[in-house]
Amino acid sequence: MTTRGFTGRRPGQDTAGRLPPGQYLTQDFPVLSAGPTPRVRTENWTFTLKVGPRPVAKWTWAEFGALPRTRMTRDIHCVTKWSKFDTAWEGVSIDDLLLAAGIAAPMPYTLAHSVDGYSTNVPTADLIGGKAMVALAYDGAPIEADHGGPARLLVPHLYFWKSAKWINGLQFTERDTAGFWELRGYHLYGDPFREQRYSDD
Amino acid sequence: MTTDAPPATPGRWRPATIARIAPLTPHVRSFFLSIDPPPRFQAGQHMDVRLTAPDGYQAQRSYSIASAPGSTVELTIERLADGEVSPFFHDVAVAGDEIEVRGPIGGHFVWQPAMGGPVLLIGGGSGVVPLMSMARHHAAAAPAVPMRLLFSARTWDEVIWRDELLALDARGDGFGLTLALTRDAPRRPGDHGRRVDAAMVADLLAGWPAPPAHVFVCGANPFVGVAVDAVLAAGVPPRRVRTERYGG
Ligand SMILES: Cc1cc2nc3c(=O)[nH]c(=O)nc-3n(C[C@H](O)[C@H](O)[C@H](O)COP(=O)(O)OP(=O)(O)OC[C@H]3O[C@@H](n4cnc5c(N)ncnc54)[C@H](O)[C@@H]3O)c2cc1C
Repeated sequence: MTTRGFTGRRPGQDTAGRLPPGQYLTQDFPVLSAGPTPRVRTENWTFTLKVGPRPVAKWTWAEFGALPRTRMTRDIHCVTKWSKFDTAWEGVSIDDLLLAAGIAAPMPYTLAHSVDGYSTNVPTADLIGGKAMVALAYDGAPIEADHGGPARLLVPHLYFWKSAKWINGLQFTERDTAGFWELRGYHLYGDPFREQRYSDD
Repeated sequence: MTTDAPPATPGRWRPATIARIAPLTPHVRSFFLSIDPPPRFQAGQHMDVRLTAPDGYQAQRSYSIASAPGSTVELTIERLADGEVSPFFHDVAVAGDEIEVRGPIGGHFVWQPAMGGPVLLIGGGSGVVPLMSMARHHAAAAPAVPMRLLFSARTWDEVIWRDELLALDARGDGFGLTLALTRDAPRRPGDHGRRVDAAMVADLLAGWPAPPAHVFVCGANPFVGVAVDAVLAAGVPPRRVRTERYGG
């Protein structure tokens, strides 16, 4: 259906194939969150890996910081319609995290948990094989609190709400369990290129 | 967060006709949409809007619903210079034009009378839009619930729905209005001629018999950051505060 009189502002040629449907390119870094930005003190922060209800590994901030580092430069896509290209992150890949815990990916689904009670679900296969990390730095500096610092999940190939801010743990689960936004109408998987924004997409 | 609304099911894209356009301030207009069947929505939810160019290129944006549940969908859009979608609504769209919409969307930034109060609403500029839906719903469905809107606008003339808000304030029910004008002198006792800050929120809450059960903050991201910090500094537990951010 053509909208009378609408021509639109075309994204440049360089965005062809990179900009998912319904997204627009921004140079800013907008913020999306359901509530206040928690001020997380790294001296109190720990990261817990759970298999089902059972904790299998736990790191303090200092211990976590000593794990091997990975860098990733990726395009990110927010469900509120903005995309940002070539964002540069550094952190601990989920592969290295599993290695450090001495386990292989044990279950098909994962819930990421955050200090503010937020959670989001991601298939485990989308976190391993170099696809995702717990990011500790953005653009060469510690991640700002508004953007999820001190640590956030980075799963750049899914809509950005899956990249849980203020992360403090991953929990492997047998079944796909809806997280915070998924319980509130957002898609269980969230592939931007298939425009899986809402539960019925 | 146990009081959240059930999941929204925004459904498919469907046509909507702009039935009427109402200028509210120099930069803000309301667009009343006729949608068949009319969507059932809750106060605080938004719609997604999609525009399509002749070659198939499409742009999508989200707009909060300003009207009270049960009435015609009213989208209230501020014109951003150099924007892609908001200038279309202001400069091109006329009554009778068709666009596409999806929604309602959002199950978190929502107030229902059953949630009760006291409720504190804090809006900056066009961030007042979903809060207006809550204020109108309150007036129609639960006027005794204590609810106060702290609304920050640049000037007296940029107070969106000024007459309607002053009338709601004058009803003497549970609703109250406090204006914070950032580039204008305050005109009414209790209003402020500065940006929202911690002292302002502390002052406002000091007069309350009980701390707010629900706080809704909406606007541009820097505004939301400052307002939320002010609310937390006044001792409100973070879990009672819900935010909606319109972008950078
Ligand atoms: C849940 C939700 C609800 C919302 N509700 C409302 C509402 O009720 N009312 C409302 O008015 N808005 C609302 N918004 C914001 C709205 O979705 C749009 O973001 C807004 O209208 C701007 O869209 P636009 O296409 O006009 O501007 P865009 O084209 O997206 O541009 C946004 C800003 O960036 C600037 N800009 C544009 N292009 C460039 C460039 N190349 N380089 C640098 N800067 C540039 C523009 O000047 C503009 O200021 C809401 C947003 C969300 C997420």
